[in-house]
Amino acid sequence: MIFTLALRNLFHDRVRLMVTLIGILFSIVLVAVQLGLYLGASRMITANIDHANADLWIMPFGAKSFEDGGMLISARERHQALATPGVAQVTPIIVQFNEWRKPADGSTRVVIVGADAEAGAVQPLSLETGTWEDIKAPDAIAVDRTYLQELGIEGLGSSAQIGPGRVKVRALTNGVRSFTQSPYVYMPLSRARYLTGAAGTDLATFQVVKVFPGVDVEQVRSELAGRLEGAEVLTTDEFRDRSLTQWLFRTGAGVALIGGALLGILVGTVIVAQTLYSSTKDHINEFATLRALGSSSGYIHQVILTQAGLSAVIGYILGMMLALLVVLASQSSPLPIIMTPQLAAGLFSVTLFMCAISAISAIVKVTKIDPATVFSR
Amino acid sequence: MTKETVLAAKQIVKELGSGASKVMALRGVDLELVRGELTLLMGPSGSGKTTFLSILGCIMAPTSGELCVAGTSTEGLDPEELAGLRRDHIGFIFQSYNLFPTLSALENVRISLDVRGQKGYKAARRSEDVLREVGLGHRLKNYPSNLSGGEQQRVAVARAIVSSPSIVLADEPTAALDGENGNAVMELLARIAHEQGRSVLAVTHDPRTLPFADRVVRIEDGLIVGEERRPEGLDAPEITDLNKRRKAHA
Ligand SMILES: Nc1ncnc2c1ncn2[C@@H]1O[C@H](COP(=O)(O)OP(=O)(O)OP(=O)(O)O)[C@@H](O)[C@H]1O
Ligand SMILES: [Mg+2]
Repeated sequence: MIFTLALRNLFHDRVRLMVTLIGILFSIVLVAVQLGLYLGASRMITANIDHANADLWIMPFGAKSFEDGGMLISARERHQALATPGVAQVTPIIVQFNEWRKPADGSTRVVIVGADAEAGAVQPLSLETGTWEDIKAPDAIAVDRTYLQELGIEGLGSSAQIGPGRVKVRALTNGVRSFTQSPYVYMPLSRARYLTGAAGTDLATFQVVKVFPGVDVEQVRSELAGRLEGAEVLTTDEFRDRSLTQWLFRTGAGVALIGGALLGILVGTVIVAQTLYSSTKDHINEFATLRALGSSSGYIHQVILTQAGLSAVIGYILGMMLALLVVLASQSSPLPIIMTPQLAAGLFSVTLFMCAISAISAIVKVTKIDPATVFSR
Repeated sequence: MTKETVLAAKQIVKELGSGASKVMALRGVDLELVRGELTLLMGPSGSGKTTFLSILGCIMAPTSGELCVAGTSTEGLDPEELAGLRRDHIGFIFQSYNLFPTLSALENVRISLDVRGQKGYKAARRSEDVLREVGLGHRLKNYPSNLSGGEQQRVAVARAIVSSPSIVLADEPTAALDGENGNAVMELLARIAHEQGRSVLAVTHDPRTLPFADRVVRIEDGLIVGEERRPEGLDAPEITDLNKRRKAHA
């Protein structure tokens, strides 16, 4: 009967139900989009780090993110690392912003990622067309399909100019987007050194370290940190965090996204609290009657909480449907929104929480009911 | 054989309002209710009838005085414990029915069992039976808005008795009904008292209810001023005559 009464109370006033559901829907979509963007941005920022088969990253002091390595470090670090017990492999990679001159006119900024695939430390990002063998050909590069227009090229076989050298697209990745909006250009290490003006040197932006299986990464890290003078060592997780901090928090983008999500929760809570309160006020005589009939206050609270829970479930279903449409529509945008089962479950908890909080004012209201009012009507 | 007392009020005083608008609604009233009787509480408007009924029903606490419900003193009980007493012993009927507009007749009766933790099929069956008893077997699925006033009040009666309370308290149960419907409801209340052995107290203005009473208690200005009882073996009209005689003497 609690469920029946809650359901009937809820559907009794259709207009109010609509307002409630729109409130929940609005806030779910807002929170989903903001958090989905946050997730999307995070994945984008850490995609290259996640794809690298690395335990530790050696980088110049003050390197801010994958794209912002700063000064190049020398091979001395590499040799010191290789001499450290537990280290299986150390692979140099180059990551640097550079200027891409379009075949027609104009230029754009790109991020050069130079690594030798056979070195095994840098796992190639999903190649859609072409192989890493193809990229070993002179001038060969891989770019992402998403950025063809931005790069001013047609696709496979197109040529352009980076710095001093000509490059030719021999392979394509798909969906490897860049948070900085500067497309990644993948190529072998020596080619990257050449294009960034480090030709013939053994310089690198990062030395990617792989330890032997079963070796304590943390121990190798502190060992390495003691040996290296000109560079610092981060675990993969730390490097991910640092990159995220740089792009999401130093720039304020992440703060805006999380702030937007919190605002969505706040607005949703206020709307639901408002409608639930006014519904409770409308039905206050019935609650007083229930109380006179001898119901415990717990019973009445259950009716209100069930009403809140029902609103949450219905609002969530509608909100998720809309949110998924938005997610779908965003997939071809430069910053796709990501929806994961965890996020969907999290959103459901947030909705339930929001509705439970909203019920507080209504519950306070019924707690003050004087059952004696049943006789004065 | 003395009948079992189910409700006893002693020296009930109730002050209502505060400051300048303070009113002594009850100034020390005593009342005992026994099983198997329909008692009417009559008096002019503002005499304290509703106030007294609220106190008897453990809905309002007296300013002073003692109340015993089915042997339990209400003194010092908190609101939840008072609700528990209502649940266990008391059924209410209101002037304006106070049915739940969003629930059907059957559901309106069932909810009374539901708040008592009686759920499921048995509760539904019991509610249905009681609605049949009050003559609404054919209206189970109707919503209050699709029932006449008399039918609504009969649903309310069913709701009050479905949990088998020993005490049924009714505030002006016929005030909103025409003669015929009023009589039907009073007949029901009398039957509840006589056949089911409950103690029924009805507050009323309505002289048409007199024929159904076993006992009439009169209240004026917060004090009980008289009481008539139908002598054993006499049928209802006698009490009306008593009433007339009382008026003639006054
Ligand atoms: N909340 C209140 N505050 C102050 N005075 C009140 C309050 N409620 C009732 N009263 C007063 O208490 C007295 C008794 O009221 P009560 O409602 O019990 O009368 P009643 O006999 O039921 O009248 P009626 O036949 O009109 O229903 C009246 O004088 C009324 O004005
Ligand atoms: Mg009254």
